[in-house]
Amino acid sequence: MSVLAIPLLLAAFLCLYRIGKGPTAADRMVAIDILGLIVVAICALVALFLDESFFMDITITFALLSFVGSLALAKYLEGRSLDD
Amino acid sequence: MIEVLGYFLMGTGVVFDLFGCIGLVRFPDVYNRLQASTKCVTLGTFSIMLGIFLVSGFNATGVKALLCGAFILISSPVAAHALAKGAYKSGVKLWRGSVIDSYGEDTKHESQIDK
Repeated sequence: MSVLAIPLLLAAFLCLYRIGKGPTAADRMVAIDILGLIVVAICALVALFLDESFFMDITITFALLSFVGSLALAKYLEGRSLDD
Repeated sequence: MIEVLGYFLMGTGVVFDLFGCIGLVRFPDVYNRLQASTKCVTLGTFSIMLGIFLVSGFNATGVKALLCGAFILISSPVAAHALAKGAYKSGVKLWRGSVIDSYGEDTKHESQIDK
């Protein structure tokens, strides 16, 4: 059943294409946010198929860091300082 | 039976993720890309987490998957809203085929649609 990870890899490469090509900075930030969620999904599938529960810790940590990073980048893009 | 349901949910989530990323490549505009990809990928990843919980049951992997899925379901729309507002404030134009710009009419008394 590990064939489930192959479309997710394809989706991650589509996100990388948008990160490389994106005309504006906002496109790249959106693609980075989506790439974080795809990586979370791949990591969760790896945790299930290898039967190792510490991959799930990596998943939770990556989701938290991706969320905080997206908020910080959005605030920077808006032109406000980070303690505003 | 419940394992079959879990694998079905995982397959649905993978398909949703793939279609969301195709939307990220194919749509013409930041806002269109955001609304196409964020909704699909959020639901897809939550569905994968729910499927992992159904397959593995109440052990460490399953409960952590359910926790991570609930967190994604809360946090991803917030991040998408912040990104959309930041993109609009930084002056990214709407696509020229857009028909309405309510946020611009409310805040600046002018539309930001790229003519």
